Amino acid sequence: MFSPARAWREYPQRYRLEAAKCTECSKILYPPRLVCPACGGRTFTPEILPREGKVVTFTVIRVPPAGFTEQTPLPLALVELANGVRLMVQIGDVENPETLEIGMPVRLEFRRISWDGEAGVIFYGHKAVRAGS
Amino acid sequence: MRDVAVIGIGMTSFGELWETPLRSLWAEAALAALDNAGIDSVDLVTIGCMSSGLFTGQEHLASLLADELGMAGVPATRVESACASGGLAVRAGFAEVASGLCDTVLVTGVEKMTDVDGADATYALGTAADAEWEGFHGVTFPGLYAMLARIHMQKYGTTREQLARVAVKNHANGLLNPHAQYHLKVTVQDVVNSTLVADPLCLLDCSPVTDGAAALVLTTAERAREIAGDKPVVVITGSGMATDTVTLANRADLAELGAVKLAGERAYAMARRKPEDIHLVEVHDCFTIAEIMATEALGFFNPGFGGSAVEKGLTSLQGKIPVNTSGGLKSKGHPVGATGVAQVVEIVSQLRGEAGQRQVQGAKIGMAQNMGGSGGSSVVHILEVV
Ligand SMILES: [Zn+2]
Repeated sequence: MFSPARAWREYPQRYRLEAAKCTECSKILYPPRLVCPACGGRTFTPEILPREGKVVTFTVIRVPPAGFTEQTPLPLALVELANGVRLMVQIGDVENPETLEIGMPVRLEFRRISWDGEAGVIFYGHKAVRAGS
Repeated sequence: MRDVAVIGIGMTSFGELWETPLRSLWAEAALAALDNAGIDSVDLVTIGCMSSGLFTGQEHLASLLADELGMAGVPATRVESACASGGLAVRAGFAEVASGLCDTVLVTGVEKMTDVDGADATYALGTAADAEWEGFHGVTFPGLYAMLARIHMQKYGTTREQLARVAVKNHANGLLNPHAQYHLKVTVQDVVNSTLVADPLCLLDCSPVTDGAAALVLTTAERAREIAGDKPVVVITGSGMATDTVTLANRADLAELGAVKLAGERAYAMARRKPEDIHLVEVHDCFTIAEIMATEALGFFNPGFGGSAVEKGLTSLQGKIPVNTSGGLKSKGHPVGATGVAQVVEIVSQLRGEAGQRQVQGAKIGMAQNMGGSGGSSVVHILEVV
């Protein structure tokens, strides 16, 4: 499902965290869209997401989907960045899942997300790691 | 709009039905509903099915299944809204009869989930999330609901034991339902000690992978009265549907199921009913936390009080508002496309007084709430005996 073409066209968001800022209401959209869901505006300026944020909620996946069976247990979080944008990411470098908590400060780091998909592509993107670690 | 009645109900037993292909499951439920209605022809077939492509490699389902009944030539439509596909099929059939486009509709839902292994089933279900911005990172459905559970626990103090009590209650109800996948009594200890799937949700917090089908026959209330004789006529008085953001990242309030609230409000408005009028409800308990959040969103309990309501027994078979008398998705099973139709089958059985050991005495007004994904869609119906 995650073909080379799909991986390629998502580079700007996955690799460089490129978002779009609505010129009407300043809402930041990640990923970018053609229309702002907040105000209906259709013009945007490019915006790069900040890397600092905090955990809004999280879980640890013990029963993985196809493609992630080598990565369990897999900690995942909904992270809110410093500019209010929220995104779903894996949490990296977790030695003890018991230490994860809501509100935990994190920083986004460029990491390998999954590999050996049907097309043999390695997928990269950002993971959250505990800030200061 | 014309009044719409349910004149036939049917369903297969739910379970891991290795010996039965999708088309036979579907035909068994469809024939049961047609026989129950006492008719053999319809103007339209609607089919709710989430992903026959990923689960069985078969698309073009509407024509395939109409033909399976010897109905080639009859219009047939498949609708999809993830796990709310069945509810959407009910609503599609309701709209056709209410509008006058059709007089009689066979409404069906089906899912054949056990032809793939566990990881592929988890993947197929996961496509109901945002594939690019959630699925890419490996999130699963238990994972998304686990994240919602953690928010609800943090905001309202909902406890691990309250979640478990949903499973205990629904398994107790499922013991009384011959069509249920599990006839298994579970205790709070069983639930909290079962394998962790996605913290804090354990295996017994999750609905299972299930094969099954369910069906209804809808027609005008006028025609229903003509053929009912001395039997009660069950009418769909309210139908509401709503969407919400599919990604949790864009959800305004993660402690609330917005689509359920909105769909419920629309169904209440159409039926001119309020939560206190409802005698029993089937809600979409794909995970224990989902039942608690759904009962709050539908107005049966204030936000944050769904957990304590289960603990106090308010939602049990003898409680103030019995929830999931069928055993729910948790115990009856969750063949995703069939679920929304099967919920209506349960409500009609109850309103007819045919629910056997799990009958809610004096039930005249019931509700069915079906949900897609992690709350990205919901369909609510209100049914009444007239
Ligand atoms: Zn805007």
